[in-house]
Amino acid sequence: MGWKRKDLLTIAELSIEEIELILTTAESLKEVGGRDIKKVPALRGKTVVNLFFEPSTRTRTSFELAAKRLSADVINFSPSTSSVVKGETLLDTARNIESMQADIIVLRHSSPGAAEHLSRFVQSSVINAGDGWHEHPTQALLDVYTIKEKKKEIQGLTIVIVGDVAHSRVARSNIVALTKLGAEVRVVAPPTMLPLYVERLGAKVYYQFEDALNGVDVIMMLRLQRERLGQALLPSIREYAKLFCLTSERLRLAKPDTIVMHPGPLNRGIEISPAVADSPAAVILDQVTNGVSVRMALMYLLSGAA
Amino acid sequence: MNDTLSNHTPSSIVCIQGGTVIDPGHVNGRADVLIQDGRIVEVGYPLKHSIEQDDSVTILDASGWIVAPGLVDLHCHLREPGFEYKETIQTGSDSAVAGGFTSICAMPNTKPVNDNAAITQFMLTKGQEAGKARVFPIGAITKNSDGEELANIGELVGAGCVAISDDGRPVMNSLVMRRALEYAKAFGVPVVDHCEDLHLTDGGCMNEGVVSTELGMPGIPDASEEVMVARNLALADLTGVCVHLAHLSTARSVELVRHAKAQGLPVSAEVCPHHFSITEEAVRGYKANAKMNPPLRTDEDMQALRQGLVDGTIDVIATDHAPHALQEKQLEFDTAPFGIVGFETALPLTLRLVDDGVLSMEQALDKLTRAPAQLFHLPVGSLAPGSLADMVIFDAKEEWVVDPEQFQSKSRNTPFGGMTVKGKVKMTLVEGRLVYDAR
Ligand SMILES: [Zn+2]
Repeated sequence: MGWKRKDLLTIAELSIEEIELILTTAESLKEVGGRDIKKVPALRGKTVVNLFFEPSTRTRTSFELAAKRLSADVINFSPSTSSVVKGETLLDTARNIESMQADIIVLRHSSPGAAEHLSRFVQSSVINAGDGWHEHPTQALLDVYTIKEKKKEIQGLTIVIVGDVAHSRVARSNIVALTKLGAEVRVVAPPTMLPLYVERLGAKVYYQFEDALNGVDVIMMLRLQRERLGQALLPSIREYAKLFCLTSERLRLAKPDTIVMHPGPLNRGIEISPAVADSPAAVILDQVTNGVSVRMALMYLLSGAA
Repeated sequence: MNDTLSNHTPSSIVCIQGGTVIDPGHVNGRADVLIQDGRIVEVGYPLKHSIEQDDSVTILDASGWIVAPGLVDLHCHLREPGFEYKETIQTGSDSAVAGGFTSICAMPNTKPVNDNAAITQFMLTKGQEAGKARVFPIGAITKNSDGEELANIGELVGAGCVAISDDGRPVMNSLVMRRALEYAKAFGVPVVDHCEDLHLTDGGCMNEGVVSTELGMPGIPDASEEVMVARNLALADLTGVCVHLAHLSTARSVELVRHAKAQGLPVSAEVCPHHFSITEEAVRGYKANAKMNPPLRTDEDMQALRQGLVDGTIDVIATDHAPHALQEKQLEFDTAPFGIVGFETALPLTLRLVDDGVLSMEQALDKLTRAPAQLFHLPVGSLAPGSLADMVIFDAKEEWVVDPEQFQSKSRNTPFGGMTVKGKVKMTLVEGRLVYDAR
């Protein structure tokens, strides 16, 4: 099959075939990263704009590297959100950017639906690099890619997502992607950090970390955001770490060949112990590497280079 | 008796002929309506009064149409003073009469807030200048609607406010609400509360449920409304003063009010057409025109609201007409303001309840005319002889497609654009004067 979409806004909208196409394209582009000259001319003459209304050096750098490896021109644009009312400038900013003949706009924004909203107003392709609590589809794609790399098939795996699912776009995109591809997905967190009806997304709900680890192939940790304190979601970081930190002892409750993932940046000692983060089970750096390949694949497909 | 109406003030005699008159509780059938000097003289067929068939009498042909008292809206936002780019009292009254409304009660969340006689008088004057619907201001409960000190309620009522409310910024402090109810007792005005616990809402912008979870959108739980409904019922019991509960949206709210009414508590309640017509599903695609407060809920809630109308738990239908400018509704969903244009779709949406067999035509019109007028003690909502000749004449069968570009309102924010509806306003009269004519 060929690629037909103008934008990549959500995992929810993708068919299994489209996900597979992105992953196989990423596979064929991955070897570029191993070359001496890490560049192919696929997007020569095209312009990619990274429009980040929320700071995220990691994600932005990954997109930037991906675009550059495809020989695109890259502009990074980070409107200062402190000086303007939130959201006030999204459409105006994006229209300005479009008038610079941007072929692809990579958008990170704090509002759920911001990428979908933007896509209705601009001709450029829009890649959702995170919209509020809603979705972070390229993160889920790179996670799926990484799991397939280690486990071959998603179908039949048991995967647990640990932490603040309610406020996590990474969790939402992964629940949707992994259930779509046939995995059993569990979520475990304090009930204050699970959204209403999360089971309707296809996840099994646990409150005790130990119970949720039994028989799992993949442990996906979420980053604890410290601003959640003070919102009556948690009594303290200390109590959270006591109950939900992935330690070596807890890791032993999962399958012996389980892998540990984390979207970064890590809060060592809070959601993940240094020993686990640096253990052979951790594939966190593979996720970073694969992120570039997956994002290259997407830009390649969206630019019509396929 | 067979009087002939004198025509020494010729232009002041209007006769509406050929229609079906529905004056809830009084008339329901084929009848003509005779008006002189802005007041109803007679409703009947054939008329007992004879009129001289000359050009000094205005004959309005209503054949095939329904003639009813002008619609009465207890809850709208006219935005003036302060937000004239969204709506003015002029454009709001134009919009009202286009929707068949002849009396509209304007919420005080203007800038400045209607918490003093000067603003009330300003609104009344603007309403008269507009010359369309009757504008009845609602005063604030607390100064600047800050929820702390009582507004000068006596002064507001004296200046012409028909009710008090801090709609838009609900009174969170239960002691202040208690005192407001007690204080208002002396003036006999209804106290209207927008029931919402802002702590529970916590920045939410749509119903908290399956759809909000899928969309990653902060949700407003049912409980946010229900805990305040329960609080207000307890305060109504404590003070003996009627609380009017604005725009109920959840099944449990209806159940709480039903129970309270069965116990004889003084309480009345309203529902908005959008809440009994569509659900949270309308938000999908992050459609800011489906963003309102209270939010669109679930199908179960919608059915419960309809049932509440049927059994009288919910007394009236109110629009919560809340216009916003295009640039505001083009913001991201969580940033866009709450509210929809209500006047021009309220009647056809209510008539869907008749088509669906939920209410009879007379019951439906009662919730839009007699019942609201009675709740706020307004001198309208009836076609009895001597009443003000405020009327709507509509074709209950005509189908049309809602086109926001055609709205009389200054704003266009509606989730009903493109929907085919049934029931079209043909004429609206205020005090016998044709203020809207779409024949
Ligand atoms: Zn309200």
